[in-house]
Parts: sequence; C-alpha cells; structure tokens
Amino acid sequence: MSAKTLMRGTHVLGEAAIRAGCRAYFGYPITPQNELPEYMASKFAKMDDAVFIQAESEIASINMVIGAAAAGARAMTSSSSPGISLKQEGISYLAAMELPAVIVNMMRGGPGLGNIAPAQGDYFQATRGGGHGDYRVIVLAPAYGQEIADMTRQAFDLADYYRTPVMILGDGMMGQMMEPVLFPEPVDPSSLPKKEWVVNGSKGRGSRVILSLLLDPPREEEHNWKLARKYQAITETIPDQEMYLTDDAELVVVAYGTAARIAKGAVHRVRQSGLKVGLYRPKTLWPFPSKPLAKLCDHVGQFLVFEMSTGQMVEDVRLAVEGRREVSFYGRPGGVVSTPEEVAAIVSSAYHGKSN
Amino acid sequence: MSLKIIFSGFGGQGVLMMGYVLAYAGMNEDKHVTFLPAYGAEVRGGTANCTVVVSDEEIASPIASSPEFVVAMNYPSMVKYQNMVKSGGTMFLNSDLITERPAREDINLVLVPVNTLAHDMGADRSLNMVMLGAVREVTNMVSENSVLGAIETVLEGKKKKLVETNQNAISVGSEFIRQSK
Amino acid sequence: MKKIFSRPDALKDNPFHYCPGCGHSIIHRLVAEVIDELGIRDRTIGVPPAGCAVLAYNYFDVDMCEAPHGRAAAVATGMKRILKDSVVFTYQGDGDIAAIGTAETIHAANRGERITAIFVNNAVYGMTGGQMAPTTLPGQETTTTPGGRLQVRDGYPLDLSGMLALAAGSVYIERTAVTSPKGIIRTKKAIKKAFETQLEDKGFSLVEVLSPCPTNWKMSPKDSIRWVDEIMTKIFPLKVIKDVA
Repeated sequence: MSAKTLMRGTHVLGEAAIRAGCRAYFGYPITPQNELPEYMASKFAKMDDAVFIQAESEIASINMVIGAAAAGARAMTSSSSPGISLKQEGISYLAAMELPAVIVNMMRGGPGLGNIAPAQGDYFQATRGGGHGDYRVIVLAPAYGQEIADMTRQAFDLADYYRTPVMILGDGMMGQMMEPVLFPEPVDPSSLPKKEWVVNGSKGRGSRVILSLLLDPPREEEHNWKLARKYQAITETIPDQEMYLTDDAELVVVAYGTAARIAKGAVHRVRQSGLKVGLYRPKTLWPFPSKPLAKLCDHVGQFLVFEMSTGQMVEDVRLAVEGRREVSFYGRPGGVVSTPEEVAAIVSSAYHGKSN
Repeated sequence: MSLKIIFSGFGGQGVLMMGYVLAYAGMNEDKHVTFLPAYGAEVRGGTANCTVVVSDEEIASPIASSPEFVVAMNYPSMVKYQNMVKSGGTMFLNSDLITERPAREDINLVLVPVNTLAHDMGADRSLNMVMLGAVREVTNMVSENSVLGAIETVLEGKKKKLVETNQNAISVGSEFIRQSK
Repeated sequence: MKKIFSRPDALKDNPFHYCPGCGHSIIHRLVAEVIDELGIRDRTIGVPPAGCAVLAYNYFDVDMCEAPHGRAAAVATGMKRILKDSVVFTYQGDGDIAAIGTAETIHAANRGERITAIFVNNAVYGMTGGQMAPTTLPGQETTTTPGGRLQVRDGYPLDLSGMLALAAGSVYIERTAVTSPKGIIRTKKAIKKAFETQLEDKGFSLVEVLSPCPTNWKMSPKDSIRWVDEIMTKIFPLKVIKDVA
C-alpha cells in the first residue's frame, strides 16, 4: 500500500497504529469513534500476534492497556469524551507507572452525555492530566488525514521513548472525514528497541515490579520530581506547530484540529480582501508550543483564538503572550461546526476594530 | 481551483457512494480531496448527505457552507439545501421525485429523471451513478475516465457485472446531459 | 541434618507485615509453594490489589504489576493475552474483587480468561480500617455498620464466587478456609488446581479463601478462627463451587 488511499480518519488511525507495531487494542463502543475498534477487530482477527478485546467498560479497557503495556506490547485504546472521563483513573496509573500507551479521544459535545457532534471541550482534561496527581500526558492534535497517520506513528514512538501515555486528540468530524493518505512502511514489532523494564516472567533475571504505590513521602516526592524532569525534557523537545501566513500578519488566528481547518478557510477569505491575517496551529497541545507564539508578538498586533468550546486553549495562548498583545476569543461549543465565512466575519471585525 | 459539492437524499439512494466515488476519482487525478459524510443524529430519520471538496490546492475547510453544487435526490433535500448553493452555482434535482423548484433566480437548475433513466437501463439501484454521471458532465470536476476507474476501485472484490452496471449508469447520466444541450 | 522447612523460592526474604492471626501470610506462602512445585516461578506474573495485600510484591519473588483498585482482572487480561505462555494470577481482597472490581472480575471470568484469581475473603475492608465489605455478614459490626449490618440499609453479603460460577467461561472455583491444618492443606490443593487449570489452558479459575482478620473484627486470633469456622461458613460454605476442568 504505497499509493495513496482514501480513508476515514478512524480507519487511518487504526491502520497507522498497526503499522506502528500496535498489537493490542482494547475498547468499548461509543459514538463517534466506533469505526476505529471495528477496524482493529477486523484486522487483528487475521493476525496471530495481535489482541483485540471489546471490554465491558472504558475502565476495563484502559486497565487492559496497562496489562498489555506492562507486558511490553504497543497498546492502545480509543473513545470519545464521556468514555475518556472513565479512562482517567487508568491514565493516571499509566503515567505513574511510566507505561507507554496511546489513547485516542475523538471528542464530542459535552459535558455529560452531550451529543455526538464534533467538539473541542476536552482540551483542559487532555492537557492538564485529566486524572488525579501531578502528571502530564503528551497530547497530539492532528488536523488532516495524513497528519492522523503520521501522528499515530509518532504517538507510539513518543510513548515508548518517554515511557508515558500519549493522547491523540481529534473530534467526531475528523474521525468520519475521508482524505487521501500515504501510509508509512509497517514496523515489525520485534525490531523495536527492547524494553528492559517489562514484566514477562523473571526468566534469567531477578523479579521485577511495576508499581505506583510509594508509601514513603520522600520516595513519592522523588518519583514526582523524576516525572517532572521527564515532562520538562518533553517540553523542551517536542512542541510543534504550523505557522501559516504569519510573516506579515497583523492578526493571527490560533486554532487546532478541525477548528484550525475552518480557521484556515477563514484566513483564505480575509486575505482575499487584503487583510493581513495568519494562522497559528498548535500540533502538540501538551506541551503547548509557546515560544514561537510568543515570538510572533514582535510583529503581530493581536491574536484571536477560535475553538469549538467556550474557551480553553485560549488560556495557554494568554500564558504564552504574557499580556503583551490582546488575545480575543471566539468559540462554538456543543457540537456546532462553524463555517469559514462565519469565522472570517469575526476575524474581519476584530481586525478592523483594532486597526480603525 | 476548489469546488465543493453536497450530495443529499434519503437512505438507500446511494448518496454516500456518489460522494465517495467522486472523491476517489479526484484523488486518482492527484487532486486534493475531502469526503465528509454526515453522521449520527443528523442522519437519523433516513436522510443522508455528504460533502466533497475537489481542489488543486490544499483544502482548508472540508465544510461547504456555500457550495458550488448541490445534488438533491429527494424533496426534503432540496428544501434543506436550496438556500446554501453559492450564487451562480448549480443545483441538480432528481426530477422524478421533485416536482417543486427552488425559489431562487440566481442559481442554475439541472433536472435529471434518475429513477426513470436507471429503470430504463434495467438497473433501478444505479440511480446514484446516473446522477453522478450527469454531475460530472456538467461540472467537469474530474474526468469521466477517473470516475469509471474509481468505480472499479471502490467496488473491488464485487461482481464484475455490478461494476459494469455502475459504469454504464455513469455514461447514461452524461449522455442525458449531452442530449439535453 | 535433613531440612524439613524452608522459605519457598517464590517468596522473598522479607518478614511479613501482616497482623498477628491474619490469613494473608499463610495464603502468600501457599501460593509461593504452589509456584515452586509447578516450576513456574520464571514465567509467573502476579497482580496485587489495593488492600492489605497491596505490598504483596514485597513478598512474592515473581514479576508483579500493580493494578488500580478492583481492576486486577482487567490488567491480568491485558497481560495474559500478550504473554500467552505466562501464568498470571491476581491476588485480591473482598472489597477489591467483589465491590469495586465486580464488573472486571465477572467479565474476565465470562471471557474465560486464562488467569487465576486468589480471592481473600475476610468480610471487611482491612487496610482502610474495618469498614463494611460486600461480604460482611448480616449483623456484623464494622466501622460503617454501627449496630451491625442491617439488610434493609446495607444489603446482603454478596456471593461473588457463586456468581462467577454462573459465567460460562469459569472452569474451576472453590471456597476454602485457612483456619486449620486441614483447611490449609485443602487450600493449597485448591490453589494448585487453579494454577493447573490455567496451565492446561482451560479457562478462568478462582479460589476464595476465608481468612481471619482479628484486628478489624476486634477478636483474638483464636476467636477469629472460631468465627470463620462457625459463623462465616454458614453464609459462605466451604466447597467446590464449580469444577468443569
């Protein structure tokens, strides 16, 4: 499969995961991401070395991920907003036990049961840990089909390298949409770097324990600082973003994922009317790519954050800008998908409001 | 150039298939394409729709708020989308099922009796490909060969007869447009 | 001189922290002896609970991986499916397996996971200080059932093993007690059979062990043993609950 193929986002993710050497998938049905477990089930059914389980709950599925990851497999689970809430306990344990895993959240409208339309209301949950305790989760935010494929590979590599859970944060629309995708060559799981920490029976070595319980406060503190140092290293290494027409921009729209595509459409429109507007699209949400954004303050007069929420990432933008420039916000929560025209009108009035 | 089209109708009319084949054909021409099906609550009650964008450049938004083209396979779809079509754009109506007309002067109408045409060729269920043939002939978003090739890929593994019927339906649709000119 | 008693290889040289009269140390030892006798120490992985036995990895000299409270069966499932030739056991208390972990346990059994659960039932939450457990007996006094467990308020003791026996994927389930030499021998036999069931790839196996908790029952070790034998076994009778191995 070296030629391009037209696939929906959930299937792209599944195929990319398998090609990244994922051999363990555990999940529970929830719309809008059911095509992903269905894809994994159909592919894994034909593979001798792969495990698919439809678990009894989201809680069970994330704990199966813990078991498979501790046993050394590249393991993943996927869900949508309410299901991700249930997985948070397990994600906290994965972080504490330093186990690699990939968690996919195809966000939908919320809180509560909400609806099944695409939304971005889980930004705080994803980037602030989500579960209990002092930890972080790497959060990757694809916006294009090809990026889903590339970031899925990256997610498994980062998870293994840093021994930490990685979340791919998409939304319902991204999961359903089809785009042409070119997949990377498959990885043979046996060719991946050997994990010297797995529990797989103590043959030829002393027994090992993977745990998160450290009853002695100084030891728990030491563990917290160890994790903090790891997160610091990640913060210094992996932040990534797309900067589109920002060089001469007087106003920059900041958006991620599906919202960023709508925003890009809006940028196209206002550029046609001669407005100097650009787009800043974080590709990693944690760590947030703050430095290039801060640098834009040198020539950009104002920022407009657009999210499919009531305003979450806007806080990170304000932290990055540190009050040097005005940061305004436009949001459509609840599963409403804005049109580029609508966002263009908002951008245009912000632009003129500032320059007039 | 970037063209957006919405296909809409009720379940069973092959609405998603129309969009999928068009998107595949665009991809085979190395164009940028997106195919966005409606899902969930939006499609309950038997309606179906999808949006396809075919473009020479990277596609920013896959959402078509004012598409150049809309295909309405039934009356509710015409009502739903008639005001969205871009001024100067074109609306394709399944004239076998839709007797009313949109209350707009600034768009073109292409009436295709797809149920009749499909029935006459002995393939009632191929009405979607008849419509796609007509759409392709009018819009020129992709070449006819690309569409025929896409059908082969999309129906890979299915019976050869089915592939041929669908391909013939494309020709029936284009022929109908050529004859009407 | 002939050596007649020594520490099993599957136990580390660490003194147990358990209270005097507690059944955990005995049950730990039995599990370790079985692992030794079956010669599976280097392919066994244990999953300890949250509860008094949370530190079981300080004692078992096998690979171990902690699980969140109640989730041992799910963690063990993920592990065993990846490492098909390994022997995976969970070690869980009544609160862990029969309250917060009920769903994970029942579904692991129903899928016929090739894992073994050691279920230590002492009718009380031990580590948290003696609150009502799902297996607390009617009338039994705990810190959260002042005046005794009252059915209309607190419900009934849950027969998890009986429920698990109904699951088609469970193969061997037995309830024993470590309150007498005979009971200890019986328990060891049951644990061995449960592990063998897994080794023979037959399905889910579980041994429920009734175990005294003098500290939280506020009884002497001797009275605790009598309470298990005379009172607890009336609600939780010792027997092979299911054996289709």
